[in-house]
Amino acid sequence: MAEPILEVKDLVKHYPLTQGILFKKQVGAVKAVDGISFDLMKGETLGIVGESGCGKSTLAKVLMNLERATSGQVLFKGEDISKLTGQALKAVRRNIQMVFQDPYTSLNPRMTVGDIIGEPFEIHPEVAPKGDRRKAVQDLLDVVGLNPEYINRYPHQFSGGQRQRIGIARGLALKPEIIICDEPVSALDVSVQAQVINLLDQLQGEFGLSYMFIAHDLSIVRHISDRVGVMYLGKMVEIGSDEEIYDNATHPYTQALLSAVPVPDPTARETRDRIILTGDIPSPANPPSGCRFRTRCWKAEERCSTEVPLLAVPELLKGPAAHQSACHFAEVRETAAV
Amino acid sequence: MTTAVDTTKPAREAPYEGPLLDVRDLHVEFVTRDGVARAVNGVNYSVRAGETLAVLGESGSGKSVTAQAIMGILDMPPARIPRGEIRFRGQDMLRMGREERRRIRGRKIAMIFQDALSSLNPVLSVGFQLGEMFRAHHGTSRKEAKDKAIELMERVRIPAAKQRVNDYPHQFSGGMRQRIMIAMALALEPDLIIADEPTTALDVTVQAQVMDLLAELQAEYHMGLILITHDLGVVADVADKIAVMYAGRIVETAPVYELYARPAHPYTRGLLDSIPRLDQKGQELYAIKGLPPNLLRIPKGCAFNPRCPRAQDVCRVEVPELFPVTEDDGTALAGRGSACFFWKETLHDR
Repeated sequence: MAEPILEVKDLVKHYPLTQGILFKKQVGAVKAVDGISFDLMKGETLGIVGESGCGKSTLAKVLMNLERATSGQVLFKGEDISKLTGQALKAVRRNIQMVFQDPYTSLNPRMTVGDIIGEPFEIHPEVAPKGDRRKAVQDLLDVVGLNPEYINRYPHQFSGGQRQRIGIARGLALKPEIIICDEPVSALDVSVQAQVINLLDQLQGEFGLSYMFIAHDLSIVRHISDRVGVMYLGKMVEIGSDEEIYDNATHPYTQALLSAVPVPDPTARETRDRIILTGDIPSPANPPSGCRFRTRCWKAEERCSTEVPLLAVPELLKGPAAHQSACHFAEVRETAAV
Repeated sequence: MTTAVDTTKPAREAPYEGPLLDVRDLHVEFVTRDGVARAVNGVNYSVRAGETLAVLGESGSGKSVTAQAIMGILDMPPARIPRGEIRFRGQDMLRMGREERRRIRGRKIAMIFQDALSSLNPVLSVGFQLGEMFRAHHGTSRKEAKDKAIELMERVRIPAAKQRVNDYPHQFSGGMRQRIMIAMALALEPDLIIADEPTTALDVTVQAQVMDLLAELQAEYHMGLILITHDLGVVADVADKIAVMYAGRIVETAPVYELYARPAHPYTRGLLDSIPRLDQKGQELYAIKGLPPNLLRIPKGCAFNPRCPRAQDVCRVEVPELFPVTEDDGTALAGRGSACFFWKETLHDR
């Protein structure tokens, strides 16, 4: 894994909360993404996990430039793309594509599969000249394991798993370097999920893609990712290789999350040591001071409410425990979670 | 007439010896423009008091339709039940009159749905909706019903229940709303609870809280629980026994430990194998090929045969019944059955 293809620096996305009808005055902000930094390497899969409301989908939208960042930088091959507009933005967007969660709503029901997959070529005609488009679309269908003769069919004629393949084919059309997958298999049946994961894996090898893989299913993320980042309430709380996160988590939230995942093995019932968190995620409009996890954390002390823990490698930890973790009391849990 | 409303809480009946609920050869069909969709094709299962039965299956397997038939909340038409029995404490509910059936629903058998937000009425306070259970079934006064609602909310550990009893559903988080659904199901102290994907819409840390609560209350009241889910993890955590459904049939039944250790149906095996495991990192995941069948055109013979790695000619012609699964020497394995002609071979695969 060579140089970073995408560098995210201190990215912030706040949605203003306003009051009043005529003279809208800002009374606060939903801090959906609040200062996130990480690198995505070439050819790597970075998994992002976290619960609903943690800001993982907002992060994806900001990286895609579907939402403007409030502040911070997104460097694609060294160039800041977060403030680009017009032609320059269009040119760089070709390189970052997205696969969405719900294959039922992300495909236009009135367009044929050929039109859906070929639409990116309308915007970027340089990729496939007009005469070659039909052929290009059929090639893409073939690549994602669908019959190229289905080009004139409509989305409703396909099952969920097949629709997700269509979504992936559309994402591949412009030969991007990065694909952001936002919960790509969570709407699919269990027996079909594995098919789509295998397809993504195979395409990565074939085209040298970098993936950002956002999901809440921790076992699937572990299977596909080289590195994993854990988000909580707009912050990255821990990031590291899959072994560092899954076997040597040092942040209490990661530990609780891992221990709460139901294990498909009934013999684990007795041996498991679950951490049951109390309460719900606080509102991102009014996050707790200091460490955002402290209201649900069993380790929280005075210091946690005043001092924001930085995402850094804790000094005292060694070996696989020494990876970035945003906790004042970072340490590996005695009984390994899963 | 037996329509007199009993205002006192009915005393709990003596524990019933046989199974609380016994579903026998149940068939459910939906008449559609394109033909008859056979959603449930001969399902048999039973639950005893204090027992947890998990019904595992993908979308379209008929697991939810079976539950709706038990509750008597199917829209008929388009649905119809051409055959079968649903016995509750020995009495076939399909042969009961409307009134008699209504006295069982809610009071004896309660249901928890997946999506709490759309199952609660958005314009009524949760306290009113919880209290409604007592007012409708026991004729309790408004004030008393509200007190009972607060008591129930405390039972399912909703913090500051007294202050929140007049709040509306949208003011609660997803996990809290699901607790209210559980409270509503528990209100009349039913004998049996059917939970249809109760935690699918929740985050994992909240899911753990809600499942724990459900299991605890089940033990406390000694209720039967039917847990309908597609999540192999949740099933492993709480179930006593499992029924795996595919295309409207039960393809395998087994006690929970046995099912995970030694599945006897290729579909169950495929499901278990497609879970990513640690030692498979970087390798291709096992995937069941193909797609679940269209219920309008269920394949001939065994419905799973086009996707099955073990399929032979016999599977394409004959429908396998649920064979009892035994050890090689013929020792019976309690509660085990597999609807596969090759269950013996599948059992030995590893």
